[in-house]
Amino acid sequence: GNWSRLAAQQRLTQDQLLNFDTFGNVSLIHVTDIHAQLKPIYFREPSVNIGVGRNRGEVPHVTGADFRRLYGIEDGSPSHYALSSGDFSSLAQAYGKVGGLDRVSTVINSIRADRPDALLLDGGDTWHGSYTCHHTQGQDMVNVMNGLKPDAMTFHWEFTLGADRVTELVEGLPFAALGQNIFDAEWDEPLPDLFPPYKFFERGGVKIAVIGQAFPYLPIANPRWMFPEFSFGIRDENMQAMVDEVRAQGAELVVALSHNGFDVDKKMASVVTGIDVILSGHTHDALPEPVLVGETIIVASGSNGKFVSRVDLDVRDGRMMGFRHKLIPIFSDVIEPDAAMTKLIDEQRAPFETQLKEVIGTTDELLYRRGNFNGTWDDLICNALISERDADIAMSPGVRWGPSLIPGDDITREDIWNVTSMSYGEAYRSEMTGEFIKVILEDVADNIFNPDPYYQQGGDMVRIGGMGYRIDVTKPQGERISEMTLLKTGEAIDPAKTYVVAGWASVNEGTEGPMIWDVVEDHIRKQGTVKLDPNTSVEVVNG
Amino acid sequence: GAGAALMTVLPLRAYAATTDELIAEFTGGADIADTGIDFTAPEIAENGNTVPISVSAEGASAIMVLASGNPTPPVATFNFGPLAGSHSASTRIRLAGTQDVIAIAKLADGSFARASKTVKVTIGGCGG
Amino acid sequence: MADGVKPRVKAPKTAAAGEVVTLKTLISHPMESGQRKDSDGNTIPRSIINRFTCDFNGENIIDVKMEPAISTNPYFEFEAKIPEAGDLKFTWYDDDGSVYEETKSVAIG
Ligand SMILES: [Mn+2]
Ligand SMILES: [Mn+2]
Repeated sequence: GNWSRLAAQQRLTQDQLLNFDTFGNVSLIHVTDIHAQLKPIYFREPSVNIGVGRNRGEVPHVTGADFRRLYGIEDGSPSHYALSSGDFSSLAQAYGKVGGLDRVSTVINSIRADRPDALLLDGGDTWHGSYTCHHTQGQDMVNVMNGLKPDAMTFHWEFTLGADRVTELVEGLPFAALGQNIFDAEWDEPLPDLFPPYKFFERGGVKIAVIGQAFPYLPIANPRWMFPEFSFGIRDENMQAMVDEVRAQGAELVVALSHNGFDVDKKMASVVTGIDVILSGHTHDALPEPVLVGETIIVASGSNGKFVSRVDLDVRDGRMMGFRHKLIPIFSDVIEPDAAMTKLIDEQRAPFETQLKEVIGTTDELLYRRGNFNGTWDDLICNALISERDADIAMSPGVRWGPSLIPGDDITREDIWNVTSMSYGEAYRSEMTGEFIKVILEDVADNIFNPDPYYQQGGDMVRIGGMGYRIDVTKPQGERISEMTLLKTGEAIDPAKTYVVAGWASVNEGTEGPMIWDVVEDHIRKQGTVKLDPNTSVEVVNG
Repeated sequence: GAGAALMTVLPLRAYAATTDELIAEFTGGADIADTGIDFTAPEIAENGNTVPISVSAEGASAIMVLASGNPTPPVATFNFGPLAGSHSASTRIRLAGTQDVIAIAKLADGSFARASKTVKVTIGGCGG
Repeated sequence: MADGVKPRVKAPKTAAAGEVVTLKTLISHPMESGQRKDSDGNTIPRSIINRFTCDFNGENIIDVKMEPAISTNPYFEFEAKIPEAGDLKFTWYDDDGSVYEETKSVAIG
């Protein structure tokens, strides 16, 4: 539909976006999964996000028009554009880009004007995801985030900078680096000097304990060899012990700053008692209302700098008596940038400006990533892997970060790095049997569709180029994947036959190959203008 | 991203007969209760070669641990002496693939208790 | 004897009489399972530590029968009751007949 005219009639204002009736005596500000996006971007929310087991049909596993019906969001409205998929390209043209940490700063300043002692908490996945972050090993993000003056953060992709670098950066932080589940791997002991489990804050006359929960499956989802001295895990027994410990020390409000992912947080809230608020990260979900589990509220604040959550709480007599919440979308054209932060951001980017801005091609397509099975960015990356690495089949990891581009956009080097940059970006080329390819698909599928959230890792399905398959998400591991077909011949994949597979982001040490961003850049240069065929190669059963 | 070809495919086999035999040998064929023993292991192993496990059974004289899906299921048997401060212990074990890990305690009164947990060993990769 | 086998122990130097204390041990050892094959396809023979014990003043705390499924560099954590001043003795028994020992004194105070 053509929403641009409608949208133009609905004039958004900064006052509207920031309007909030200050409530209670404590304010929490949550940002998470920024993935090094300093500047405004487009970010399309998923249209396929399947919940399994008890989470089937529950938020955040509701998308598109169903999501809008559930929350009473009008089609074509700013909330439609910000929170759900559908008509993305035209709405993006009407409403413009989102995010930018200078705009985020304006929002934080405005909340602090209402409530000067508001707590700012960063859920992690902050020091990863861009050209400048990669080339400064996270320093650009540390410098800019320090400008926002957070009170605490927790971690995931930060560890892929390597144990030495993450330790160096953490030691220099002027705020708390929290992780009750970050342990020394050798003796299985906590690391209270580097990653304390919690920190107390006295705000609004309330004694608040913030407990950190890093991503539990870091050594599985990311290369363990990059940080072998650390062990993670959910450790919900230790979480309970920490909650009991802070309560015993007089905590009147217990906040978990979590990078578990939403469904894991829901389960943790049902297992651990005494947490008032979970600020949830990792799965990149953005929800306009907190979800209540028992007496715990769970807040999901999106990703890529697109949202800031504000949670005002009334805490009296050692109890959370009530809350008021707003998920604030960062409409970049509406929210005035904080000039000091713009300057700080531009200073980080200045040494790389020429490389960042180089135009590699243009796109006729909407390029996005989010979705359980495929996105057009990964279709393009898979095409690049097949043609540049001369492969039968391509695999692209189901990560959830990476902004979108809309039809007609230039594709700059920065755009390519925004969806590919990492510290293990080698594009491997190897031979795999059909049987082994199925083992991989079954393994990854179980990490997403296991009905018990504690067995999930919170990513999306590995994206496949050159091969189609059918998946029944309700089956157990080993039985979900069938009908594997080599697209170029139309033949069934033979378990015994060997295929050339190209991919990237292998967690194995010693993986060799050109960097994925160079592979994608070479491919786009040859294309000039990116056009993609609709991807119909995955048939989802019981989705 | 999914692992490259270097990755070993871990078999998902069960050696039920052997596991049952080992249990029968340990218990002498006695009945086994579902309570009286705690067994802790991660849902997903960070590394299949070194999976932390803990066993605890009040008053137990011995606790046997079996990995039902390993080529050879025996893992360890903890025998507690008179100066044991608790009847609990932790160690790290190897798991050749996703499987149920089983712990069986011989309790003070001579009865037996069992607990188990599914531990997933995964190829890994990908993430949010 | 496997090369470079080195036991390490974490134990408190003092305890109250009758106190229950936590003990942790690590010993560097490959724990060759007997399941692996070398590059020529020949099975690498099993060579593991098969038993670990801990005693205090000659009385047993724990006695562990270890199988090839115990990880490289075996780790144990357990608890001991310390009735009096004395010595904790940790002993590891290797398939090859080697015995590795470590002693930690605990004072009462
Ligand atoms: Mn993230
Ligand atoms: Mn994450």
